[in-house]
Amino acid sequence: MQLTLEFGGGLELLCDSEKIHKVNVDLPNGAAADDDFTMKHLLSWVRTNLIKERPEMFMKGDTVRPGVLVLVNDCDWELSGQLDTTIEEKDVIVFISTLHGG
Amino acid sequence: MDDIVKMIGLKNNCTFCGVFRRQALDRGAALLKVDKLVTGHNADDIAETVLLNILRGDIARLSRCTSITTGEDGPIPRCKPFKYTYEKEIVMYAYFKKLDYFSTECIYSPNAYRGFAREFIKDLERLRPRAILDIIKSGEDFRIATTTKMPEQGTCERCGYISSQKWCKACVLLEGLNRGLPKMGIGRPRGVNGDHKKETKKPGPAVKSIESKQCGSLDF
Repeated sequence: MQLTLEFGGGLELLCDSEKIHKVNVDLPNGAAADDDFTMKHLLSWVRTNLIKERPEMFMKGDTVRPGVLVLVNDCDWELSGQLDTTIEEKDVIVFISTLHGG
Repeated sequence: MDDIVKMIGLKNNCTFCGVFRRQALDRGAALLKVDKLVTGHNADDIAETVLLNILRGDIARLSRCTSITTGEDGPIPRCKPFKYTYEKEIVMYAYFKKLDYFSTECIYSPNAYRGFAREFIKDLERLRPRAILDIIKSGEDFRIATTTKMPEQGTCERCGYISSQKWCKACVLLEGLNRGLPKMGIGRPRGVNGDHKKETKKPGPAVKSIESKQCGSLDF
């Protein structure tokens, strides 16, 4: 499905300094065809395909590094179930790092 | 700052940067004849500072760091209006209002001790978001034992500015850099030691008071 991903607060530096990425993602090979596509799938897709350096700045374990805000269609993902949030066609997902030195 | 780091290495960078930046802020504020100096410290910063001061046993700072205004009896008081605002709220606000801000991280910050306190606080926030405000509340309610010796406020012999030691920290650090002694002004004074004359005259108050306390007499 087509999605728009945005990176801010310095995270864009991990993706070749591109803030906006229009991508086409699919369910991973192991999942059944009618499984919902969730944030969990998206995160591992992003880690594999978009993060070009220092993945520990973006993710910690299965989820984003503490301090990284995730907005799905301008809504905090904590309200929609965090990793279980379902993603649909044309969704806009924004990752903003709140961690700034100094 | 790059030149300073070339001389002192990758540790204690925050000490030099923080001290000199604040000195610049103070001097600039005095030149402009302002009434108050206001900084953008947010709740996360204050919580990190409380933890940091506990981890380091910096009792003097621990008693001051949660005050929303400091230096009221001095020439230019300082205030932190965002003391209770979470960093997350500020970032969300900036995002939705489309405010332009630069988020480049200091290149020396990965080696900073504060990073550990920050990591811990972020993990706590994930589990129980109120933890940040609660740490600040705890910090506000700390009372220092009356028997603990606290540093006294005086003036720096070299520049005349406010200081709790003979020379203010900025002068000590500057002297160290100019003399090629990058460790001067860093770390706790340990006792009689040839090349660190100025700081060893008065050993750190926290260290001395704990050593001289009888077992079982620390009041909680």
